Amino acid sequence: MTVEQEIGRPRRRKEDARLLTGRTRWTDNLSRAGMLHVMFLRSPMAHARITRVDVSGARELPGVVAAFSGQDFAAEQGSLPCAWPVSEDIVIPDHPPMAVSEVRYVGEAVACVVATDRYRAADALEAIDVEYDPLPAVLDMTEALMDGSPKVHEAGNRAFHVKIESGDVKAAFRDAPVVIDRTYVQQRLIPSAMEPRAVLADTDGDSFTMWSATQIPHILRVMLAVVTGIPEHKIRVIAPDVGGGFGSKLQVTAEEVLCLLLARKLGRPVKWTESRSEGNLTVHHGRDQIQHIRLAADADGRLRGLQVDLLADMGAYLMLVTPGIPMLGASMFNGIYKMDAYEFGCTGVFTTKMPTDAYRGAGRPEATFAIERVMDELAAELRMDPVEVRRRNWIRHDEFPYTTISGLTYDSGNYEAATDRALALFGYDKLRAEQADRRDRGDPVQLGIGVSTYTEMCGLAPSRMLGEARYAAGGWEHASVRMLPTGKVEVVTGTSPHGQGHVTAWSQIVADALGVPFEDVTVLHGDTAIAHKGMDTYGSRSLAVGAIAVVKACDKVREKARKLAAHLLECSPDDLEFEGGAFQVRGTDQRRTIQELAYASFTAHDVPDGVEARLDSDATFDPENYSFPHGTHLCAAEVDTETGMVRIRSYVAVDDVGTVVNPLIVEGQVHGGIAQGIAQALFEEAVYDAEGNLLTTTMADYLLPSAADLPDFQLDRTESPATSNPLGVKGVGETGTIASTPAVVNAVVDALRPRGIHDIQMPCTPERVWRSLEGERR
Amino acid sequence: MIPARFDYVRPGSVAEACQALASDEDAKVLAGGQSLLPLLRLRLAYPSTLVDVGRLPELKGVHDRGDHVFIGAMTTHDEVVRSPVVRDGCPLVALAAATVADRAIRHRGTFGGSLAHADPAGDLPAVVLALDGVLVARSEEGERDIPAADFFVDYLESSLAPGEILAGVKLPKLGAGWGFHYEKFHRTAQAWAIVGVAVALKRSNGAIAEARIGLTNMGPTPVRARAAEAALRGVELGDQVRQACEGAAEGTSPPSDLHAQPDYRRHLAQVLTHRAVRAASGSP
Repeated sequence: MTVEQEIGRPRRRKEDARLLTGRTRWTDNLSRAGMLHVMFLRSPMAHARITRVDVSGARELPGVVAAFSGQDFAAEQGSLPCAWPVSEDIVIPDHPPMAVSEVRYVGEAVACVVATDRYRAADALEAIDVEYDPLPAVLDMTEALMDGSPKVHEAGNRAFHVKIESGDVKAAFRDAPVVIDRTYVQQRLIPSAMEPRAVLADTDGDSFTMWSATQIPHILRVMLAVVTGIPEHKIRVIAPDVGGGFGSKLQVTAEEVLCLLLARKLGRPVKWTESRSEGNLTVHHGRDQIQHIRLAADADGRLRGLQVDLLADMGAYLMLVTPGIPMLGASMFNGIYKMDAYEFGCTGVFTTKMPTDAYRGAGRPEATFAIERVMDELAAELRMDPVEVRRRNWIRHDEFPYTTISGLTYDSGNYEAATDRALALFGYDKLRAEQADRRDRGDPVQLGIGVSTYTEMCGLAPSRMLGEARYAAGGWEHASVRMLPTGKVEVVTGTSPHGQGHVTAWSQIVADALGVPFEDVTVLHGDTAIAHKGMDTYGSRSLAVGAIAVVKACDKVREKARKLAAHLLECSPDDLEFEGGAFQVRGTDQRRTIQELAYASFTAHDVPDGVEARLDSDATFDPENYSFPHGTHLCAAEVDTETGMVRIRSYVAVDDVGTVVNPLIVEGQVHGGIAQGIAQALFEEAVYDAEGNLLTTTMADYLLPSAADLPDFQLDRTESPATSNPLGVKGVGETGTIASTPAVVNAVVDALRPRGIHDIQMPCTPERVWRSLEGERR
Repeated sequence: MIPARFDYVRPGSVAEACQALASDEDAKVLAGGQSLLPLLRLRLAYPSTLVDVGRLPELKGVHDRGDHVFIGAMTTHDEVVRSPVVRDGCPLVALAAATVADRAIRHRGTFGGSLAHADPAGDLPAVVLALDGVLVARSEEGERDIPAADFFVDYLESSLAPGEILAGVKLPKLGAGWGFHYEKFHRTAQAWAIVGVAVALKRSNGAIAEARIGLTNMGPTPVRARAAEAALRGVELGDQVRQACEGAAEGTSPPSDLHAQPDYRRHLAQVLTHRAVRAASGSP
């Protein structure tokens, strides 16, 4: 029997019928008998001492069961965790889930009301009286680091400083014929998952169950135990279907901790669901860096050295991996390029704003933006084509594996192939000709072409490397594969999908590994009582790490089945070949299918002595290296010089994500990723005013592009399998976001470069583009 | 967010609705809810009662009344866009209504609700102003006509008196020789206009006989670009049009917000007026 290979098939997702027809329950849809609703009163001040909180007015209102101030929880609420102390001298301030004596950003919870419904809870918030003694807001990172700046925390505004050096940077810059020196601002972004955060905590008096719209049920369980002191084995965390995260649900939130504590205090289930405006204020934000980047090169464009100095806005506190985010970019500023020396410095800065943390790409988009922007600047300085200057510096395909100046070993790739394919699809030369023509004619609509040849480190992560980076946990992943008596397969994965389609992709992988039909595989996840071990989903790790654990578990199932088959067929295990889901004695028609063997292990009537009567197997996989997807993105943008409006005319992405398990899922990830990267380039920005109030609290102010605002994407792939895992997969969750932002901004700047413009601050809004042109006209 | 408590009534007639409004000064009219409900949810408004007039048949529908088109206040944007009577008689209204927000909102939001809300960033106020429309108000005392120029008083404030309901709008048919365009400048498809320009233009012998220009989001109310209208009168179609549009922002006091500062809005008003006039005149 020949079975069509599942890996590589564009399978429709098993999850979609349920998700798209509303036949699932999101956390907010869940209900428990006697359930109460909590709402939080949030600070309207960026920075203030709390002098009085009076919740008594709220307690008297109908339907209100309880109301608490931060002080009421001071003894039991602990401090929200930071799991990534990136340096020895890092300052990790106490971070109470509800503020007790001081608030440090607008939106910080200061009190809460628990009521029989959300409406009554919301009404009762207005009856709480809080008195504040205002303190100065700290909003600008540069000013925050000056002597005499008001302090966010007693220990000062510097959270940490890290410096990394490789090669002789001084020599690289000494007498360098070309030095490009630029400062880029990575604006603050608000992750906008379609499903808002929601939490439901319940207790039977002794043990606790939490449903949360989270990416990290396993990590959350450990952290809830650490923060609250409730023993870990008394906590069960369930992530039901979760509607997107983009890193924003890679967090241990104040609301999760407080729902758990409220359930304990009141002995009843307690639920919280945020509103979109509440989310804009209090979902951790992303990006927010000031990047000073210097590049030294020879006159022919060859790179000599790179210096990067970052200021990274931590916001008011260090959350789960806040300080690690800029550090994830530390090894990525050198991109795909060879050079002699590299220096990286990063200072984490406290401000009175919402803390920052992981947001799609997490440190790598920021790094890729800076190097890809500055490569275009180098090309302009040398009057070279931006593709050519990259070609002269990138790692050639025959040079892999290649250890970069920042110390990572890129295992595979083919930048030439991806770039050549992208240029051909894009019609590069024709668009350059049109650009020249528009320039000559003085067309009010100018054309710009943006290039981005990116790589990223995915597959987080080799545990040893995480240890060296001072991260508090490992990077392995776990899987179990259970053979059911009827030959169906139950896979338990430690990853926690929230839109990625793991159920489908894992089914395809298992179908190939065990020779069973795709339909016969089910995948369980997201419940610590079912998937008891796991490191969850973020950092494009699920396929490159989690699915490999599934493969390893399948290997074990096959080996157990081989022994049983040899026994039943009365042959040596070595005489058996496995194909099409069956073991066959070489050269005969004697065979046992995997389903027959599953049943034989279930009845256990004829199992050899000393052999356990089960095929079920577990595996944990810890990668030896990161994976390194790469690709070439090209953007053609029209810039209306009369209004400043930017319109993307065409966009080509040729990505190399290694082996593709499901092309439909890969294309979906690339589409969404590019959209999110374009959003940073042109649309999104979290804006605080001079008093530290967030101005972008609604979607009328915080602009998310929709399909109507985006061009058709032309996609293609090259395929250089990863050598660090048996599937050759690399991960695709973040590539589009990482690649597209610099491609778009490079295109905008390219359009305007003849007007003397060499940078436009993101997002490149029509007004900003127009003001740049006005500045030049004057 | 969650709105504060309010009562809800759904009257069976306009007369009943007027009565409900007259008896409670904190009551608000609920039409399609596309502007009011966000205000309630953000707790920026605390009405005591919502008087839901959205399903009153007497307020719905488009009627051809010879020299003008009457659009019932509770006609949805989508119904307006698709109405042959509107398309033939007042094409500018159909063009602008098609740009309102997105499809879902156009199926809920109403023509009259959008005007009564008097948001200068809405697309329809400037259009009705440019067309010299007449808004028809009903109350327990009866009916009165309010010219568009007198209707928009201030930001989110119309000249509807307490107890009055907007029943509909009379829009003159401009007849042959007129061209129309609505030029909307916004950052995303669903966003409000940073600036919008509604133009009705009468051509005669290769020149502009008359231009009527309404500006969206160039002040606390929709405004007419009177200086540009005057400058365009008699101008031959061609290069002089741009110059005539330079005064488009004269007399406006555009707002400052996250999307644009006033000087940029003034600049946009000029550029977009020129584009809208060219488009309305049939120039490429």
